[in-house]
Amino acid sequence: MGAGHAHRLYRRGDSPVHRLPPHTKLAAVLGFVLVVVTTPREAVWAFALYAALLAGVAARARVPAGFVLRRLAIEIPFVAFAVLMPFVVPGESTTVLGVSLSVPGLWGAWNVLAKGTLGVAASVLLAATTELRDLVLGLQRLGLPSLLVQIASFMIRYGDVITDEMRRMSVARRSRGFEARGVRHWGVLAKSAGALFIRSYERGERVHLAMVSRGYTGTMPLLDERPATRAQWAGALALPLAALPLCLFALLG
Amino acid sequence: MTSTPSLDVRGLAYAYPDGHQALFGVDLTLGRGERVALLGPNGAGKTTLVLHLNGILTAGAGTVTVAGLPVGRKHMAEIRRKVGIVFQDPDDQLFMPTVREDVAFGPAAAGLRGAALDAVVARALDRVGMGEYADRPPHHLSFGQRRRVAVATVLAGEPEILVLDEPSSNLDPASRRELADVLRSLDVTVLMVTHDLPYALELCPRSLILSEGVIAADGPTREILSDEELMTRHRLELPYGFVPGSVA
Ligand SMILES: Nc1ncnc2c1ncn2[C@@H]1O[C@H](COP(=O)(O)OP(=O)(O)OP(=O)(O)O)[C@@H](O)[C@H]1O
Ligand SMILES: [Mg+2]
Repeated sequence: MGAGHAHRLYRRGDSPVHRLPPHTKLAAVLGFVLVVVTTPREAVWAFALYAALLAGVAARARVPAGFVLRRLAIEIPFVAFAVLMPFVVPGESTTVLGVSLSVPGLWGAWNVLAKGTLGVAASVLLAATTELRDLVLGLQRLGLPSLLVQIASFMIRYGDVITDEMRRMSVARRSRGFEARGVRHWGVLAKSAGALFIRSYERGERVHLAMVSRGYTGTMPLLDERPATRAQWAGALALPLAALPLCLFALLG
Repeated sequence: MTSTPSLDVRGLAYAYPDGHQALFGVDLTLGRGERVALLGPNGAGKTTLVLHLNGILTAGAGTVTVAGLPVGRKHMAEIRRKVGIVFQDPDDQLFMPTVREDVAFGPAAAGLRGAALDAVVARALDRVGMGEYADRPPHHLSFGQRRRVAVATVLAGEPEILVLDEPSSNLDPASRRELADVLRSLDVTVLMVTHDLPYALELCPRSLILSEGVIAADGPTREILSDEELMTRHRLELPYGFVPGSVA
């Protein structure tokens, strides 16, 4: 599938990672994240090696480090939470630069930070190498219920149509001298939202008519029946399979 | 017309669930390969009639027959394949994330897969001159391009009859002409609902007037458009300066 719905996390490219079938990549990220969260937090060396594995994937996908690091920003609210932990968690304390910090709190913060960052980084890499549309197809291939897949597909298709409608309504409001300023104007905005809902609902009915006219009977036909080859599965699962022994070693060691 | 007609409507009457009766006994027959315009003022019941042709609405009285097959529960899948409806707003018609998937939707729902499906999609897109746009999302296309893709989605099903609801609305003159070229190049039966009378004259040798839920006139388009009395009676007006007799 070519130039489709490029989203902001996507980075166009033609690397071996980009070419992997989306469902194998989804399975790989899921496996990797499971391995990471199972790893005991004390095994600091294991997390370093996981990070190195991800760096390897990023290199193969030709996704620059800066690209991944900037997109890790969505993690910031969780970081703020983690930073608080050494100050608020009760227990044995230690003194760093004259500040008294709780040891369990420090470990807790490290746990959240390390596992969260690795999980987000893996997801960023998935999103950077897979188009939105393909992600949805991948979920379908992995057995996500057809109804959820259809809802996701329609969100991709009609998101822009509805945003556009919203923009046109806002232009129409402002052309007639309306600026939303303060609570007094919320009533107008609420009415616009209601109108938008009704328009979207009616569009839904018309789309359904069009679908039925073309033979829709409740399930979407799966178009790209390109099953993944053994080599592709092996390529994708290399990541969680490389991480797994590290985790086992940390658990047993 | 010796062969089975593509479309045969007999005594079709329909009232909406709220009690408003829109059709009062419509009779019409379209021979195979004919291009016919369906004219009529706003609210005449044109769209209502169209929705009967593939069984979306079920006749209160009367029958609709497509290529010898009665429209009804029994043959619904086949009827929907034989009758291709292009709706007025292409955004309603194009509901898949990419043009290619959209055109493939109908044939795939009918069970086609793989190379055969790809071939059908490529052919349908080529017929409307949109082959290069297969991988684009519909909302990145111009309105005229979307309308042509909408025609392709329907052509992909190899319909017996192509039904278009106001195909030239919202098109700029160039897109309007491009669509006319596409429609002229097709060898299917066409029923075209339109308010664009010059377009009807250009594309359809024959026209029907639907007015107040019945067929009020049926004849050569030029004769109908030239009959001032008939036109006024049914709230039809030619654009300023347009004289049907003077068009070659
Ligand atoms: N869902 C509905 N419920 C009740 N009445 C309806 C419904 N849809 C249409 N009607 C009524 O049926 C009549 C015929 O409507 P229809 O949409 O078929 O007209 P039309 O010929 O397509 O008009 P236009 O040229 O404006 O598209 C109108 O009087 C309309 O108000
Ligand atoms: Mg209509």
